Amino acid sequence: MLLSGSGKGQPGAVPGWVGYALLPVLNLVAAFVLSGLVILVIGENPVDVLSLLLSEALGYPEAIGYTLYYTTDYIFTGLAVAIAFHCGLFNIGGEGQAYLGGLGAGLVALALTGWPWPVVALLAVLASALFGAAWAFIPAWLQAKRGSHIVITTIMFNFIAASIMTWLLVDVLIRPGSQSPETREFDPGVWLPSMDRALGWFGIAIPASPLNLSFLWALACSLLFHIFLRRTRWGYELRTVGRNERAAVYAGISPARNIVIAMLISGALAGFVGVNEILGVQHRVILNFTGGVGFVGIAVALMGRNHPVGIILAALLFGVLAQGGGQLSFEYPTINRELVMVIQGLVILFAGAMENLFKPQVEALFRRRGAAATETGRG
Amino acid sequence: MEDALLLALQLLGATIRVATPLVLAAFAGMYCERAGVVDIGLEGKMLAGAFFSAAVASATLNPWLGLLAGIAAGVALAMVHGFACITHNGNQVVSGMAINILVAGLAPTLAYAWFQQGGQTPLLPNQARIPAVELPGVEALSGIPVLGPVYRELFNGNNILIWVTLVLVIATHWVLYRTRFGLRLRAVGENPAAVDTAGLSVAKLRYQALLVTGVLTGMAGSYLSTGHGAGFVRDMTAGKGYLALAALIFGKWRPGPTLFACLLFAFTDAVQVRLQGVVLPGIGVIPVQFIQMLPYVLTVLLLAGFVGKAIAPKASGIPYVKER
Repeated sequence: MLLSGSGKGQPGAVPGWVGYALLPVLNLVAAFVLSGLVILVIGENPVDVLSLLLSEALGYPEAIGYTLYYTTDYIFTGLAVAIAFHCGLFNIGGEGQAYLGGLGAGLVALALTGWPWPVVALLAVLASALFGAAWAFIPAWLQAKRGSHIVITTIMFNFIAASIMTWLLVDVLIRPGSQSPETREFDPGVWLPSMDRALGWFGIAIPASPLNLSFLWALACSLLFHIFLRRTRWGYELRTVGRNERAAVYAGISPARNIVIAMLISGALAGFVGVNEILGVQHRVILNFTGGVGFVGIAVALMGRNHPVGIILAALLFGVLAQGGGQLSFEYPTINRELVMVIQGLVILFAGAMENLFKPQVEALFRRRGAAATETGRG
Repeated sequence: MEDALLLALQLLGATIRVATPLVLAAFAGMYCERAGVVDIGLEGKMLAGAFFSAAVASATLNPWLGLLAGIAAGVALAMVHGFACITHNGNQVVSGMAINILVAGLAPTLAYAWFQQGGQTPLLPNQARIPAVELPGVEALSGIPVLGPVYRELFNGNNILIWVTLVLVIATHWVLYRTRFGLRLRAVGENPAAVDTAGLSVAKLRYQALLVTGVLTGMAGSYLSTGHGAGFVRDMTAGKGYLALAALIFGKWRPGPTLFACLLFAFTDAVQVRLQGVVLPGIGVIPVQFIQMLPYVLTVLLLAGFVGKAIAPKASGIPYVKER
């Protein structure tokens, strides 16, 4: 093996599945090895802990329900980050957009007491999309027209959203006479049916869990995401801007317009978290119900390679972590919920920021094998 | 008159105490962003610094070992950031984000396992905290009308780290604009190719910058948990890393204006505490939340170019890939 360059000049030398399957798996393994070390440091057996995590997330039907409920949030935010990525934008503001989306869904549910739930659900979906998109619009417009860096503006907008929501819940929307900053509970008639209730209509019995109909909406969004991006002119324009803004301009595509469109869709997708959380589970608007879903969405999009199928799988992975990790504290007195964030952080670090960590070695391995094959072929 | 002066001095004193970690973090960000490495992981590094210094100070009862541990934690995370972004050309925003999430989980996880106090460290006794500096002559000067109170409220009884921060601010200005290292640092953030052509290592300079970033964020964390506070509590940085980032942008990546921005943000915080529930004529009560979000709104307005233009170092955020 002499210096063989970067490998970029040898197309086809490394099979495609290395890029989208082997390297992510290697990164994941590295993240879990380090998580295991952390577990070791706090004095528990990593293998026991991680296997308990898996069985608490996937081992029985109720656990699967919880896992898929978390997965729903992550599909929404993963898609939100991904559509922005396809346009070359980094939307860190999923957190704030989801928060506002929940406000939209909540206001609809509060206003429409006594209405049939399908109407409320439809309007809540529209309202959460509208509120989420509106919150994404300002950073988008500032990026498109004034060149303000969207990473920074969306971070700032997360804080502004948190302040506004605190103010609304403490001073404005709070249930009269209540001490805790939350709205009154919605009328049970407008709740988004949980999956066990919905399947019950068809005579299928599953254990009760927070999983609700918004899971199906998340899957539908993934399909719509794919159709929009790959099968429509708008999706093509959006991807062109993301790939090469100058080329887009020469092709008569307006980058500014597509930046705004991408962020509006992104904000709307993040806003749907509000439907799952507020209309489906909490049944009232509460403080900090987002709990970092916007940030996990970044990891989901990165791991899923911005493709809907990948995003669903990555969302499932993070759903497993959230559910299984949350249960660990019941079994291990030394472990609490925050261990999940450690694993999440490590997964983001390895799968996102250090995605090329193993690339040179793996590529060299494949080239060496390829070279050996041609040698024997010649001989 | 006397009361008004005292109130103003107390406000300024509070401003200085709140501003210190912000200044340290913002100047930490200045070094690496001036060298072309974006770091939204200031928050995480501060939190790690806060936890590890409190943990070590609590175990050894020695605040200086605690400070060292905090700095070591900051530096270690900065090196992780460098490894991802400089060595592996990874995405700098993703790396910073990952570090924030990792530490937000790691600090309470370790605190929970090591101290069994619900994700906190035990309350530190006074000997385990970084001390304040009692200046001589407070008594002697107290009789003098204006000078006495000013000396007592603003200068006396400040934490050592506040004085260190003051020195670091001046030193940073000098380093950035008056030394060879500073010139190279700024060059590597504007045009790394030129620095490379001049025969200097872009990677080495950026690692050096991140080293300083790690030290300063670690100190900021130490100040929070062992200087200003007495122990680590969950999520004790509470967004100060992002606020420092906002101050850095507001200060257009320059020492003087960044210091001013930090003081301004800290001042709004100090005023906010006093304004709670106070009825202003014609406006009524301003909700606390609106004052709290002021720095973020100001930063957005600045970035939008409504308050002058904030131009980032040209090469910041872009990995430097040497041509082959």
